[in-house]
Amino acid sequence: MTVDAINVSTPRRGSLRSSLKRNRRWALITSYVFLVLFAIFFLTPPYYMIVTSLKSDAEVARMATNPWIVADGITLDQYKLLFTQTDFLIYFKNTAIVTVCVVAITMVVSVLAAFSLGRMKFWGSSILATGIFLTYLVPDTLLFIPLFQIVRSLGLLNSYWSMVLVYPTLTVPFCTWIMIGYFASIPKELDEAAIIDGASWLQTLTRIFIPVALPGLIAATIFAFTASWAQFLYPLVFTTSTDQLVMPVGIITTLIKGDVFNWGQIMTGALLGAAPPLLIYAFLMDYYIAGLTAGATKG
Amino acid sequence: MAEVSLRKVVKRYDDVEAVRGIDLDIADHEFVVLVGPSGCGKSTTLRMIAGLEEITDGDIAIGGDVVNDVPPKDRDIAMVFQNYALYPHMTVAENMSFALRLQRYPKAEIKSRVEEAARMLDISDLIDRKPKQLSGGQRQRVAMGRAIVRHPKVFLFDEPLSNLDAKLRVQMRIEIKKVHQKVRTTTVYVTHDQVEAMTLADRVVVMNRGRIEQIGTPNELYHNPATRFVAGFIGSPAMNFVPCRLEEAAGKLNLRLTDRLAFPVPAARAARYRNVPPNEKLLLGIRPEHLAEANAHGEPGVEPFETVLDVTEPMGMETLVYFTLEGTQMCGRVSPAAGAREGAPLRLAVDLNNMHLLNEGTGAVL
Repeated sequence: MTVDAINVSTPRRGSLRSSLKRNRRWALITSYVFLVLFAIFFLTPPYYMIVTSLKSDAEVARMATNPWIVADGITLDQYKLLFTQTDFLIYFKNTAIVTVCVVAITMVVSVLAAFSLGRMKFWGSSILATGIFLTYLVPDTLLFIPLFQIVRSLGLLNSYWSMVLVYPTLTVPFCTWIMIGYFASIPKELDEAAIIDGASWLQTLTRIFIPVALPGLIAATIFAFTASWAQFLYPLVFTTSTDQLVMPVGIITTLIKGDVFNWGQIMTGALLGAAPPLLIYAFLMDYYIAGLTAGATKG
Repeated sequence: MAEVSLRKVVKRYDDVEAVRGIDLDIADHEFVVLVGPSGCGKSTTLRMIAGLEEITDGDIAIGGDVVNDVPPKDRDIAMVFQNYALYPHMTVAENMSFALRLQRYPKAEIKSRVEEAARMLDISDLIDRKPKQLSGGQRQRVAMGRAIVRHPKVFLFDEPLSNLDAKLRVQMRIEIKKVHQKVRTTTVYVTHDQVEAMTLADRVVVMNRGRIEQIGTPNELYHNPATRFVAGFIGSPAMNFVPCRLEEAAGKLNLRLTDRLAFPVPAARAARYRNVPPNEKLLLGIRPEHLAEANAHGEPGVEPFETVLDVTEPMGMETLVYFTLEGTQMCGRVSPAAGAREGAPLRLAVDLNNMHLLNEGTGAVL
């Protein structure tokens, strides 16, 4: 290369670098603008809930004050009323029982299903795997009428145990799908090594696959937990007695009396109801993301 | 006793026959390498011995017992995989002891076996680490350790060095050889690298298109290949093949390469080729080391000729020279002092005492 050529090429390379910098700066600015907008959009409802839960009934009812701030001073009256005057704790307990049972059933069924469908290749396994996912696509608004008949014939109407029976129809297909994807990302040599080492299929699953696929397992658990915790339609249809209600339905049916809305308690109940999933997400977010993306990136 | 024998073993996937009725006997303590290009059926054969693939037809016996329907865990074999297949959530010690723990061996015995294998492989100070904290070479040692602790009847290696860089591969090759010298377990080793096959094996099995082309010691395969495939596959750079024909003149055999170039066949070789029909289409097979610079004093069977070099590759201790002979690219090995230069003429000599003559149609070495 001649001296002239070097002289010519240097500023061009410099301008390329600065244009790259400029592009990156614009990309970052655009990202931040939209992220801030999204954050405001999504954080407004929880903020409104927190603020309302810390107000007295009188302040909530007063139309003149600014609804976005606590004007009369912070009070925990709504929390006291919720715990002492309503059946909120029963709803919370029912929801917890249903969710724990559903998560346990879902994980046992979907891990076994995913392992057999994903790893123990047998005739029709891939069609079955697709079929399981297709069942997830049927909306629950179509399913609740036939399910109502089934629940009634089993004598489980107006019992939260009907949720334990019915929710897995929502959670198992999706969790199985997540786990199939995760198991598929584990090299097949790993189960072959385990088989040669003398492990049975069940030992290969429990001692190799489950520990290795833990992020996927956690992702599936979080999904099952969230789906069961926040389910509204099925409990609304299947349960009526106060002692059998779960939280989302209980809050709505007992705290809205006729056309009177107990906004303070509704917001407090919703806030407390949202806390467990929030805590679980906060602690397990990294695993959740790793679990959902593993199948896509490792092939 | 841990001989392995394969009798008319066939593996068919739908319409594709991956292994086409192979027979192979591996003696106790023997180190046998299956070598061949991708898709030749070598890995499938190994996996059938392991029990990871069902056989379509034939019999596989380990230690005299037919194991066609015996599951892998009951075959008393250990396998080392190309990608190590270490359990990522277990430490090195846990990886190595997994099989023994499944078989409920006493803890003291497990500990002593793991320590012994770790010492042998020089990984004693790594046994509390997880696989992700190890380098490629260390992982492969652990994979070998996992096989060794079981004291199996047969070791199976499936391209264990393919994921390592060139330098580490040479190092690990020596390690594997040392381990075999110590434990003397019957070993079947699969590779596509002929250098690995030659350096490790007691006997090499060259496979091509689901069939065994030739079985022999590394030297037998190198010096007496049975087919063009073996002759071309074993040796680096590969053997040169030039179309030729035999001519008889005044009771002597001549090898005619071109209208202008013909060499007398050395007496020692002539007897072998006496019955080859005249005008049969033949190939001269000659290894690069038998195409060297011509000496001033000729030797019997070493015939000089002039050529112009296309490319030279100085390797330090030797220089590889590439030239064209009647449209065929040839490779020779000359001394760095021979003055080989690209585009320049060089007087080379072909050592016909080491020639091979092949039938061009069948590929068989005559």
